Amino acid sequence: MLEVGLSHYLFLGAIIFVLGIFGIFLNRKNIIVILMSIELILLAVNINFVAFSYYLGDLTGQIFSIFILTVAAGEAAIGLAIVVVYFRNRGTIAVEDINVMKG
Amino acid sequence: MSVVNVFFYIFATTLVVSSLLVITSRNPVYSVIFLIMAFFNAAGLFILLHAEFLAMILVIVYVGAVAVLFLFVVMMLDIDFAELRSGYMKYMPLGVLFGIGLFAELGLLFKAWTLPADVAKNIATPVPKDEAITNTEAIGRVLYTDYVLFFQTAGLILLVAMIGAIILTLHHKKGVKRQNIAEQVGRKREDAIEMVKVESGKGL
Repeated sequence: MLEVGLSHYLFLGAIIFVLGIFGIFLNRKNIIVILMSIELILLAVNINFVAFSYYLGDLTGQIFSIFILTVAAGEAAIGLAIVVVYFRNRGTIAVEDINVMKG
Repeated sequence: MSVVNVFFYIFATTLVVSSLLVITSRNPVYSVIFLIMAFFNAAGLFILLHAEFLAMILVIVYVGAVAVLFLFVVMMLDIDFAELRSGYMKYMPLGVLFGIGLFAELGLLFKAWTLPADVAKNIATPVPKDEAITNTEAIGRVLYTDYVLFFQTAGLILLVAMIGAIILTLHHKKGVKRQNIAEQVGRKREDAIEMVKVESGKGL
């Protein structure tokens, strides 16, 4: 039971994933913490990929993980740029105030 | 218990605790600091899984770039975070409900799932048996051959993200004098100098 195996890593990944989802619910007004929660979710996915990669002896999981990192970095950059522009124009980043595109 | 197991439990516990603190911290600056902590511990876990290259990438890209970018934005924007936290307790029950539900679903999935017996036969790119080949070299051998198209696409995504972020945040202030090099170079003698015949005894 204490001997670490694949299931331990999957369990850890599940905990981090759920914490990420929980963070989105908890910080519904703060878009910066929501972006951080998304990073946590992607980290959980990466842990699963790398754990499978190690325990199956297949490198593909690590390759996929690199691409996930790429997309996550791009997403964070664009997301934060949008937040900065939005704050410059409207003086707030509260999620519920972001509704000007509602017809 | 071997050293690897001890380290797994240390890293895993710290990772879970710091992720919990990321989402519950009062101040987003602390959230970012705990996010950095979480990434460091995840990098430790990746080293335990013999994915050294990914561990270093995680530290360099996430801690060095993404987390610092978060920190920049949090500190640059003058936001009343206390206001943003109002209604925090209101969403708590729903969040807990969803969290428990999702975790239970993942647990059920995990209980019903077994590794297929023929999975060892279907490995796309096996980890090299040769101990002399490092993890980085093994990844490079696959990434630049079999996955080169995806590699280039990832580069393109990063380029688009970079250009997008610059276009979004760049703004020109009005009333600031700027150098226009094309105008400077294209300037002719006729545009700059005017010859005036001034009659003697009179001004212009």
